[in-house]
Amino acid sequence: MKISRPDVEHVAMLARLELTEPEIEMFTEQLNSILEYAALLEQLNTDGVSPTAHVLPLHNVLREDVTQPSLEQERALMNAPDAENGFFRVPRIV
Amino acid sequence: MDITAKTAVELHDLLVNKEVSAVELTRAFMERIRVVEEKVSAYVFVSEDLALKQAARVDERIAGGENLGPLEGIPMGLKDNLCTEGIKTTCASKMLQNFVPPFDATVTERLKKAGAVCLGKLNMDEFAMGSSTENSHLQPTRNPWDLDRVPGGSSGGPAAAVAADETVYSLGSDTGGSIRQPAAFCGVVGLKPTYGAVSRYGLIAYASSLDQIGPISKDVRDNALIMNCIAGYDAKDSTSVNYTRPDYTQFLVDDIKGLRVGIPREYLGEGTDPGVEEVIRKAVGILRDLGAQVDECSLPHTKYAIPAYYLIAPAECSSNLARYDGVGFGYRAEGGEDIVDMVSKTRAEGFGPEVKRRIMLGTYALTSGYYDAYYLKAQKVRTLIKGDFDRAFGEYDVLLSPAAPTPAFKFGEKSSDPLAMYLSDVCTVPVNLAGIPAITIPAGFAGVLPVGLHFMGKAFDEGTLYRVAYTFEQNTEFHKAKPDLGWR
Repeated sequence: MKISRPDVEHVAMLARLELTEPEIEMFTEQLNSILEYAALLEQLNTDGVSPTAHVLPLHNVLREDVTQPSLEQERALMNAPDAENGFFRVPRIV
Repeated sequence: MDITAKTAVELHDLLVNKEVSAVELTRAFMERIRVVEEKVSAYVFVSEDLALKQAARVDERIAGGENLGPLEGIPMGLKDNLCTEGIKTTCASKMLQNFVPPFDATVTERLKKAGAVCLGKLNMDEFAMGSSTENSHLQPTRNPWDLDRVPGGSSGGPAAAVAADETVYSLGSDTGGSIRQPAAFCGVVGLKPTYGAVSRYGLIAYASSLDQIGPISKDVRDNALIMNCIAGYDAKDSTSVNYTRPDYTQFLVDDIKGLRVGIPREYLGEGTDPGVEEVIRKAVGILRDLGAQVDECSLPHTKYAIPAYYLIAPAECSSNLARYDGVGFGYRAEGGEDIVDMVSKTRAEGFGPEVKRRIMLGTYALTSGYYDAYYLKAQKVRTLIKGDFDRAFGEYDVLLSPAAPTPAFKFGEKSSDPLAMYLSDVCTVPVNLAGIPAITIPAGFAGVLPVGLHFMGKAFDEGTLYRVAYTFEQNTEFHKAKPDLGWR
């Protein structure tokens, strides 16, 4: 077993996912079996191989620094679960 | 033949010759949807009012004697991860169940400009994660050829709707096979374009370095016409490539004499259904009779594609889906005591099991201490897989394989074992890792179930894919077969 139960709890915290007891158990088992399969990659010698993050030879895409129209406040807020006075409203932060 | 079974090209002629009006055509599809939808469940939302309004506008143009574009007045459907301004776009997720985009995806905008009539939004695996559409939060979609079987996924709705004549064509998205595997399972034509050929602006992101939008259609000609409309540079997508988009219909030539076709041996064999293998064997015979030179070849790193994909895609997904925090848009859970509690509860309640599994897997693969062993290693393997294709395309014009190792499987057959489900993508995933285009076309049946022939091509060489697919189609009848849904 590569991943322990505390590992799963730690990763869930990093991912901001509140997991139930059965979910923690299920993911511990399933992540282990998936990563066991992924261990196939270890067989492969990749010394000196550069990683491909992206298939295109694209670098930074720049444009002129000119003001362009953007989403109006009303439309930006129309899908907000909670909004007030033109702001997104959220629970206590500090 | 019922009007809903026709291709865009055939319907265009009927519209131009005033044998049918755009409104009548749209009504015919609404009727078809009403009758077969209880069996197939391909749509998550039918936009009848909008469709009739768009169709009426086309009729006005016809009455005014204007020249009609090839897609004008032709009904279509969109996968529900493509943003439609003012129309709910849910990704088949509880997280976005009430999300109404304030803008159109570039593909939506281009189709609107071309006068397309939007019938509605189509079902999918939640956030495009899955291979059977069983992960939809809303409903399962059934395979029109056998209602006890899945339509494939994640674009199960778009493929099933085309097969069931509930739309003329549709757009799907393909991250590891999500256009091609369902198109094959449902017996229709599906193209995954070269990465960068079609703008991803307004496609709700899953794995950004792999996602690509593409057309699902009843034949190859329609597919090329749709690509003419949706492909090409878009400044709103920084990975959009500024290339000269050809007229894809120029490649619809019934001639493959001398075409060099490679069959990578790693794509057939252990795990391939005998019925699928038989169809491929016969298809090779047909291609040879038509003058193609077909030989076995090797893509030696193929077996590493699935493990590499299932590290890279979840890693990108965990990053992309971090935006669903219950603040700006989407679902928010009740009763969060502080911000972290609210976000964690929102994500726990808003995401389904497969999405959570991939977020967990991706977050783990990116965690410091494991990053080199998993994510970086997978990206290096991606280079080797791309290298396999580069070498093969030095010798061959296209590569051929089945679209999937089996025909459509039954509901529940793989849903309890994530790894078994992942392995059903074995023929399609390497293409996304390499960024190249690929097309699947109907090539026969295993029992009553359709089998897809999968051609892979060089980057930006959709033309050769269209040529070989068109030639095969012109010399076979498989694309004309229709499932029996008890009404016509």
